[in-house]
Amino acid sequence: MAALHLTTGVRAAAYRLLVVAILGVTLAFASDAFLTTNNLLNVLRQASLYFLLASGLTLVILTAGLDLSVGANVGLSACLAASVMQATGSASLGALTGLGAGALVGVLNGALVTAVRIPPFIATYGTLWMLHGATYWYMGGQTIHGFPSGFRQLGSGYWAGIPVPVYVMFAFLVIGAFFAQRTTYGQEIYAIGANPTAARLSGIPLERRLLLVYTLSGAMAGLAALVFLARLNSAEGDIGESLTLPAIAACLIGGTSLFGGVGTLAGTFIGALILTLVLNGMNLLQINGNWQPLVTGVIVVLAVLVDQLTRRRAELRA
Amino acid sequence: MSDAHAAPMSLGTRLARAPGVFYILVLLVIVFGVTEPSFLGAANLGNIGLQSAILLMLALPMTLIIMTEGLDLSMGAVLSLCGIVLALGLLKGYELPVALAAALAVGLAFGVANGALVAWLDLPPFVVTLGTMGVAQGLALVVSDAQSVVGFGDAVSRLYGTHVFGVPFPVLVAVAAYALMHFLLYHTRFGAYVFALGGNRESLVLAGARANVYLVAVYALGGAMVGLAALLLTGRMNAGHPTAAIGMEFDAIAAVIVGGTSFERGNGWLFGTLLGVLAVGVLKNGLNLLAVQSALQVAAIGLLVIVALLVDGLREKR
Repeated sequence: MAALHLTTGVRAAAYRLLVVAILGVTLAFASDAFLTTNNLLNVLRQASLYFLLASGLTLVILTAGLDLSVGANVGLSACLAASVMQATGSASLGALTGLGAGALVGVLNGALVTAVRIPPFIATYGTLWMLHGATYWYMGGQTIHGFPSGFRQLGSGYWAGIPVPVYVMFAFLVIGAFFAQRTTYGQEIYAIGANPTAARLSGIPLERRLLLVYTLSGAMAGLAALVFLARLNSAEGDIGESLTLPAIAACLIGGTSLFGGVGTLAGTFIGALILTLVLNGMNLLQINGNWQPLVTGVIVVLAVLVDQLTRRRAELRA
Repeated sequence: MSDAHAAPMSLGTRLARAPGVFYILVLLVIVFGVTEPSFLGAANLGNIGLQSAILLMLALPMTLIIMTEGLDLSMGAVLSLCGIVLALGLLKGYELPVALAAALAVGLAFGVANGALVAWLDLPPFVVTLGTMGVAQGLALVVSDAQSVVGFGDAVSRLYGTHVFGVPFPVLVAVAAYALMHFLLYHTRFGAYVFALGGNRESLVLAGARANVYLVAVYALGGAMVGLAALLLTGRMNAGHPTAAIGMEFDAIAAVIVGGTSFERGNGWLFGTLLGVLAVGVLKNGLNLLAVQSALQVAAIGLLVIVALLVDGLREKR
């Protein structure tokens, strides 16, 4: 059984790495600008933003839930962090605000799902628009810019020639993978997604674990907000608006199943990489940015389709 | 069925059994009527009717979709796209019926695509329609080049301003849509199957009904209604804008849930949706009169949904 899992997992990862390779080779031929150190580091930096956002989301989807509010959460957390930093001049207070706001939104989502018992996609879709409204109201059309240089390092700094966000991404890839694969919490999250009834009967505190994953997803959105803010060096009401669809796409391309219980953070990392390569390629080939939501939308539908077909084939085999 | 033969209920019992949305609507009217004298004026009430017309056009098919345990997150984006198509058609010199037919065709195409992906490929509706939302939004941006479409004459706005026997044209369209939907849901085989699709799909399939065809039809109906709603939207603005109706599906979903249609049991109540649409319309209008920013109105609608769910949940427990 374990061996079977391993081989299918390895095969799935190999397919995805093949997609990365094909995209890379195609882009290298299509554009001279692609295979430059600058552009490749840029791809990794862009992917790191999607990965951070998608990593918490992956845990939520593993429980067969969904968090549609991650992009709007980035918006609110970034704007609150920005205004605290502007008021106090302290990067750490700002960072604390961003992470705290993100986590609190996660707690709200978790409470709506577990206590009010609203289906996750509806609850988080509701918080999406509420956060959106709250952010626009709070900012009142203003832009906040200019942050302490120490804070800006988080988004635009380099260590040993590699962008700081890339280190952040790999750190959370390792921490996240350890949490998901090697801790009891992680295993319980997989169990809840695979079979909630069985999970409950075997004594897993369902509500508390769900609250945990939504809180983690919120906190990761808060962290992504900080990285994004440090990169842009300015905050507006619509910051983060366009990030939800790419984050979901990264999870799905990476093989996390919407039906729960299947997926890994390494997969999500590859998913974020594939998505970034596509979007980066469109940029390099000077395709109008108006096409991006369309392409991301098609990718989401295709990824769900692949997920469903994989599941059906597995069921047929079983 | 036994209700029909039961003794007539007293007024007290009827009130006690009335769903939460009824109380919410009455409460909202009283609160706004007291705090803002102009609220209950004939002009303002007419305004609420006009504003609610478009929302009702989305909320009616959304009720049916939610009854099948589905969801359509693409409605707002598709409505924006249909508005652009209608406006561009008129700008190119086509007659209104031709331009409207094109808008209807686009709406219908998205509805059929959503339905086909959900029914035949068995994909989760919320993610599929999130993907098609991106596709519609991208298409609207691409064909309009992210600009407003204006200067196409006043054929639509004149139609929008028409009165038939003193009834404004948009209200007439909404009433006709309600009547059609009521007939379809409660007096046809299609309607009976819609109830069964949510509550008891297996037995529908076992009974030999082509369940999937009806499921596609539900989404297709939604697409067509969205195309028709584009006529009202374009008439009201006398312009096409690629993001005009983004997020309007949130109001529609809120109205349906507030109106007592449940996600889980194939329970739907068309009249409740009408009350829900009015509750959302009254809330927005009242907050407008009180000069509350539109950004915060979204949060208020979210709160309305949570209150409605809690009220109905509490009453059910009792």
